[in-house]
Amino acid sequence: MPQPGSNYAQPSQDGHFGQHGGRFVAETLIHALDELEALYEQAKADPEFQAEFAEDLARFVGRPSPLYFAKRLTERLGGPQIYLKREDLNHTGAHKINNCIGQALLARRMGKPRVIAETGAGQHGVATATVAARFGLECQVYMGAVDIARQALNVYRMKLLGASVVPVHSGSKTLKDALNEALRDWVTHVDDTHYIIGTVAGPHPYPMLVRDFQSVIGQEARSQCLQQMGRLPDALVACVGGGSNALGLFHPFIDDEAVRLVGVEAAGLGLETGRHAAPLNDGQVGVLHGNKTYLMQDADGQISDTHSVSAGLDYPGVGPEHSHLKDIGRAEYDAVTDEEALAAFRLLNQTEGIMPALESSHAVAWVVREAPQFDAGQIVVINLSGRGDKDIQTVADLDGTTL
Amino acid sequence: MSRIGQTLEALRSRRRTALVPFITAGDPHLKATVPALNALVQGGADLLELGVPFSDPEADGPAIQASSERALANGTGLRDVLGCVAEFRAGNDQTPVILMGYLNSVLAMGEGAFAAAALEAGVDGVIIVNLPPEESVSLRGALAEVGIDLILLAAPTSSDERLSAIDRAASGFVYLVSLKGTTGADHISVGEVNQNLARLRTHTQLPVLVGFGIKDGATARALGDQADGVVVGAAIVSRMAALGDDADAIPEALQQFVSEIRQALDA
Ligand SMILES: Cc1ncc(COP(=O)(O)O)c(C=O)c1O
Repeated sequence: MPQPGSNYAQPSQDGHFGQHGGRFVAETLIHALDELEALYEQAKADPEFQAEFAEDLARFVGRPSPLYFAKRLTERLGGPQIYLKREDLNHTGAHKINNCIGQALLARRMGKPRVIAETGAGQHGVATATVAARFGLECQVYMGAVDIARQALNVYRMKLLGASVVPVHSGSKTLKDALNEALRDWVTHVDDTHYIIGTVAGPHPYPMLVRDFQSVIGQEARSQCLQQMGRLPDALVACVGGGSNALGLFHPFIDDEAVRLVGVEAAGLGLETGRHAAPLNDGQVGVLHGNKTYLMQDADGQISDTHSVSAGLDYPGVGPEHSHLKDIGRAEYDAVTDEEALAAFRLLNQTEGIMPALESSHAVAWVVREAPQFDAGQIVVINLSGRGDKDIQTVADLDGTTL
Repeated sequence: MSRIGQTLEALRSRRRTALVPFITAGDPHLKATVPALNALVQGGADLLELGVPFSDPEADGPAIQASSERALANGTGLRDVLGCVAEFRAGNDQTPVILMGYLNSVLAMGEGAFAAAALEAGVDGVIIVNLPPEESVSLRGALAEVGIDLILLAAPTSSDERLSAIDRAASGFVYLVSLKGTTGADHISVGEVNQNLARLRTHTQLPVLVGFGIKDGATARALGDQADGVVVGAAIVSRMAALGDDADAIPEALQQFVSEIRQALDA
């Protein structure tokens, strides 16, 4: 959290981050958003809720996650001291579970027996199915038909957890369409259903509450830095799909102006090819999925198909707070290609014995590329948002290896 | 008063329920759109709703989603939609035309440029499904400047406080969403709609039109006792889809279907 006296108070009362954010949804959903916002404000101030959240993060998720000094990677790159925030060690293998625990607790407080979610790679779907099992909630996950075909393992995993997985055949049949379908479900079952959005996007209050639940990453990292190194780091680096792992790490450092905040988008086949998923690097402001933000779109405002080797970054929008942080210059946003990410995936495996998710590999790849720009005394923290087991099939396919 | 206001007032004094059919511009192709609009008027439409296709129609059910996808597949953009309105207007200066779509289409053109182009084409009203009153200030201003109504939606879930806010921001009429769900849903309850309608009437003097899930003359008729008008969308779009690309069959079938609903309403 920003410290007391912070000038950074976002979002505004009505859910805007500068010109971004807001609530651009059908009127039918506004009541549910008002209700969620009121309940969240109450929960946030309630020590009992905070204790429940902390308890589950500790005993179910396994927090705090370590801040690990990547000694051999540091030596190999010959740049800054590199630390990894090990979100890959969380239960279910990624940061997504932090938010899901928080939102499942909110669903329980609202007395809503059913939760729904959208998923791309299946990580958020798995995390949602997991908390649904943990809290005894009915769970339905929407997933694009294309993604279902390429993420069979996670689909089966969700089913084992008792969730039903609904294939989405509309539009491009990927994550953005799964989000559309989840919104359609929500508008239809709004009385008994809570929608667990998986990233810092969507209509207010979602970008705010997902950020707050994920801020545990940055809170831990900040005190671990002070404890382990006796000072704050020089830069934080995280991949940006919707932007929840990045914002979770960045947000508690917002007022530490000497700390660089670097978000890394998916440049796919290269920014110049247009075949990427980097709206902050190459997009225009528009409205999609309930919020105003940078988007990949054509001149007529139609949302573009995106490309990234990493399914979790393959999204045409980005959380509105990132768009604001870009506009005010507090964070910087760069992009790395599929190829750079895959090279970093291999490098981290072989130098540290850690298999990063392809999403997280984008953050690692940025540090690999930019290491020469840093001094040896500088400290860089990479958010290792998830583990790469889910991506082994993808990497093997690219290698031409049949498993 | 706008063409929408005048039309609805005239209908009210004749005790006739407004019938508002919806089609998506460019479905199945652009050349079909103006003949289809004319056929709807021939069949007894009082106002027309023309859908602006969007890649991510999150408030629409399968029928209108598919229709939007067909229109996009043949390259229909907002300028083409406005072109259809202009062409329709050249032969009909009576029937109000309301565009229905999603905000991003308008933002991509720019709110001011859109308002000017819509005026020039002969558009009378605009419904943006994902634009609640709180976020509508700037578009409302741009449209008000050129005398185009921004029509807002009220929902079964809207609180009394919100219904008054909707009334304050709306012009032309208020569009009451009949049910919790997407367009084309099949769980409409006339009793519930009438309750919500009565509650809405305590907050607004504007005419109230009801839409979502109205599939046949009987339902239209049942709602028409209380509402100033009914919107029929997915049922029409599905009928068009069943005809495929058959350009000659579409106007005839639309006129036939709309006149059935018209007869039910007037019976
Ligand atoms: C491991 C991992 N990292 C990052 C992301 C991207 O999401 P976000 O930008 O919200 O952190 C995902 C999404 O699936 C993921 O699974």
